[in-house]
Amino acid sequence: MTERPFARRLAAGLVPAVPYLWLGVFFLVPFLIVLKISLSDPAVAQPPYKPVFDWSDIAGFFSGLDLENFELLTQDDLYFRATLSSVRIAAISTALLLLVGFPIAYGMARAPERYRSLLVALVILPFWTSFLIRIYAWVAILKPEGLLTQALTGLGLISEPLDILNTETAVFIGIVYAYLPFMVLPLYATLEKMDDTLLEAALDLGSPPWRSFWTITVPLAMPGIIAGSLLCFIPAVGEFVIPDLLGGSETLMIGRQLWSEFFSNRDWPLASAVAILLLIILVVPIVIYRDVEARRLEARP
Amino acid sequence: MGAVRRAFAPWSNPDAKPLIRFDNVTKRFGDAVAVDHLSLNIFEGEFFCLLGPSGCGKTTLMRMLAGFETPSEGTITLGDQSLAGVPPYRRPVNMMFQSCALFPHMSVEKNIAFGLKQDGMPKDQIAERVGEMLRLVQLEKLARRYPSQLSGGQRQRVALARALAKKPKVLLLDEPLGALDKKLREETQFELMDIQHELGMTFVVVTHDQEEAMTMADRIAVMDHGRIVQVATPGEIYEQPKTRFIAEFVGDVNILEGHVQGQENGLWRVQTGYAQAPLTIDDPDEVLHSGQAVAIAVRPEKMVIQRDPPRTGALNVLTGEVWDIGYLGDWTVYRVKLATGEILRVTRANASRFVENPIDWDEQVYVTFAPDAAVILAE
Amino acid sequence: MNRRLSLFNVTSLVIGFAFLYLPILLLVIYSFNASRLVTVWGGFSTQWYGALFRNQALMEAAWVTLRIALLSATLATVLGTLAALALTRYGRFPGRTLFTGMVYAPMVMPEVITGLSLLLFFVAIDLDRGFWTITLAHTTLTMCFVTVVVQSRLMTFDRSLEEAAMDLGAPPLRTFFSVTLPLIAPSIVAGFLLAFTLSMDDLVIASFNAGPGATTLPIKIYSQVRLGLSPEVNAASTILIGIVTLGVISATLLSKRSVLRKAH
Repeated sequence: MTERPFARRLAAGLVPAVPYLWLGVFFLVPFLIVLKISLSDPAVAQPPYKPVFDWSDIAGFFSGLDLENFELLTQDDLYFRATLSSVRIAAISTALLLLVGFPIAYGMARAPERYRSLLVALVILPFWTSFLIRIYAWVAILKPEGLLTQALTGLGLISEPLDILNTETAVFIGIVYAYLPFMVLPLYATLEKMDDTLLEAALDLGSPPWRSFWTITVPLAMPGIIAGSLLCFIPAVGEFVIPDLLGGSETLMIGRQLWSEFFSNRDWPLASAVAILLLIILVVPIVIYRDVEARRLEARP
Repeated sequence: MGAVRRAFAPWSNPDAKPLIRFDNVTKRFGDAVAVDHLSLNIFEGEFFCLLGPSGCGKTTLMRMLAGFETPSEGTITLGDQSLAGVPPYRRPVNMMFQSCALFPHMSVEKNIAFGLKQDGMPKDQIAERVGEMLRLVQLEKLARRYPSQLSGGQRQRVALARALAKKPKVLLLDEPLGALDKKLREETQFELMDIQHELGMTFVVVTHDQEEAMTMADRIAVMDHGRIVQVATPGEIYEQPKTRFIAEFVGDVNILEGHVQGQENGLWRVQTGYAQAPLTIDDPDEVLHSGQAVAIAVRPEKMVIQRDPPRTGALNVLTGEVWDIGYLGDWTVYRVKLATGEILRVTRANASRFVENPIDWDEQVYVTFAPDAAVILAE
Repeated sequence: MNRRLSLFNVTSLVIGFAFLYLPILLLVIYSFNASRLVTVWGGFSTQWYGALFRNQALMEAAWVTLRIALLSATLATVLGTLAALALTRYGRFPGRTLFTGMVYAPMVMPEVITGLSLLLFFVAIDLDRGFWTITLAHTTLTMCFVTVVVQSRLMTFDRSLEEAAMDLGAPPLRTFFSVTLPLIAPSIVAGFLLAFTLSMDDLVIASFNAGPGATTLPIKIYSQVRLGLSPEVNAASTILIGIVTLGVISATLLSKRSVLRKAH
């Protein structure tokens, strides 16, 4: 044998080790730092947190930690309201996304086969163009003298200018618009695989179309519904750009709160505490999503 | 070619040295035992079939020979070389995969040349060899096509040519004809036999299709639950099955259960519940004792069905009622229900085009078979 | 299989796609507006494109963004492909659960958290914020997307092709380069393009990790947008949309052509 088993094994071991190490250093460690800083006191100096890292003084390091920032979060009901409001906005948006996305996905799945890949490409294409630009486009449409008002007055439907921008409605529109591909694609993937003869069998057995939709189509599309909903809900809770550009100062969301604690108030420990809070809200949906995804990927032959 | 089969039987020559030797090989996947203390010899130039139901371990056995699985215990030898620790890419063995496994991003000729390139063969020699292989499988015109542009049968041929190109000592074929329709399968079976004959190479085929194994193989190893139940020529497997499993797995069979009464004039007398008189069986090789429970196996085509009672003193007479008749063109299948409730399957060749007054549904009939038509299987 | 398309299906498709494309179309149209007021049509003009190219700061930001996107997408493609191979080909290795968790979490985690945590990390190791911190941050985020894209291709990969190559005498590494890699290449290219786009597009993570030395195009656009609508931003957006559309169309045509070549 001219093999060098050791060199070969080393090379083979690098395949999982390199990305593992990368994610460990650039994802896991930063994460632990956030946790640690959320337990630190704010300081005036730059960087605005203490204690700074001093590996030699482990005991002092731990004694310097406390739950002060989290106490602050519970004392000021701003954070509580921001959390509730984020979850509410994300939940309503997800429901709207399902309502808008399902008919589109269903239409795509029923389209003749030769058009389907084109339709999928058309759903994905906006996703490739900048998120920021797509949200920006809505500012011009929704502002009081904007294009929507112009169009509707032109049609004689309204006489007063619509005041949608800087309201929660604008945030809903923005989230539905920006996240639509994330809802449509998983739904389409499950609906497209569905066997048409199942619906025919249901009809044949005496179930009218609307009931077959609820008893056959929806249960079979459930994996897509769950995946799409989580894929939209989770990032929507922490959304920053959409409420910032479309929601105005009224719209309270936790991601925005984190941003302003960090950039405006320069209170890094408090921002970290907000990040931990946001993560606690999302940990259950994230775990469910990961399981759904892992099962979907591993279920294939 | 092909009409006369050579008198080729190295397995019955005690001095012949086998090419492939499995010695007490076991393969476990976790708790499951796929191959169970199996020993087997395959000789040079043999067309050898591993036959068995799915999950019997035949594919695992082949994959161990190719090097994709390592035995948990035991050794595999090829010629004089132990294959332990030899990776698949160093073994003088090539495989034709069930899925063909043609590289979709390479043309037919590139696919065939792949193995030769790995050996560092000079370009002009590769081209020559590829041409030779394409001629062998009659695909010269499709050399530049891609696998996606070929029919199922053509893909099979490319896979064969690719595996043969390196002139391996052993060619492994994993369900080689599984994807083909019946007609094409039969044609390809004979072609494979011709090619093997022409090259004098050792072929090891895995299949679950007994007809395929019977047609092509010099010898068949019937496997069940990780063990080899019988290794023999197709004729022996069919006519002298060693166990009930083989009798039932290969071809159709009627099984009659009974107890040995004794031996008379070299013939065994077996008392069964199907007829008053004991059945008389001519199976001298079997060593049995009185009272032993046995199964008698009789192939449907070796039974005779008739309306008139046989002459008195006739052996092995069963009576029953015609339950079903299936007309298959070349054959007619009768299902005869005995008084005990068992159903016998009897076939009759349709030698003439018209039969006057044929046997009909619900008729009382006699079914007989000759003593040497049956095999006794120890229970 | 041909399915029937009902009136309801057609209507929902038409309205759905109108909803997806109308805002973008309006944005493009108004980038050719002569008026400084973005929502009032004042005739056709390309003046804002000229203004855009004379905007030194914006051009510089665009150049920085492009360099970051190329570098981080390249790194992410290598790391993501390795991670996908690890997840599909290494069975159960120690810490696999943690590994899959680390691959899936960044994709759904709110960007504000990822951005903040990376920033605090860079501060802790005393790395100056700027070009490199953004590049590292983007690599970390986008490698997860590459992993998923390549992994789903590897899942459907017919392993017997690799076995065939080895059976024909190719050692593992050569098998990988001559059989596996060419066949998963389209998914790797798709992963690269996805990583590139995500990096070009990112505002939140870049904002946290940008320093005085490096500002990216989304950060620049965002700060202009906060001050109000600007026709220059419309022009910049139109160019970006144009580039992406051209890229996607040519990629589609290229893959179509290679499919056709193999089908005829």
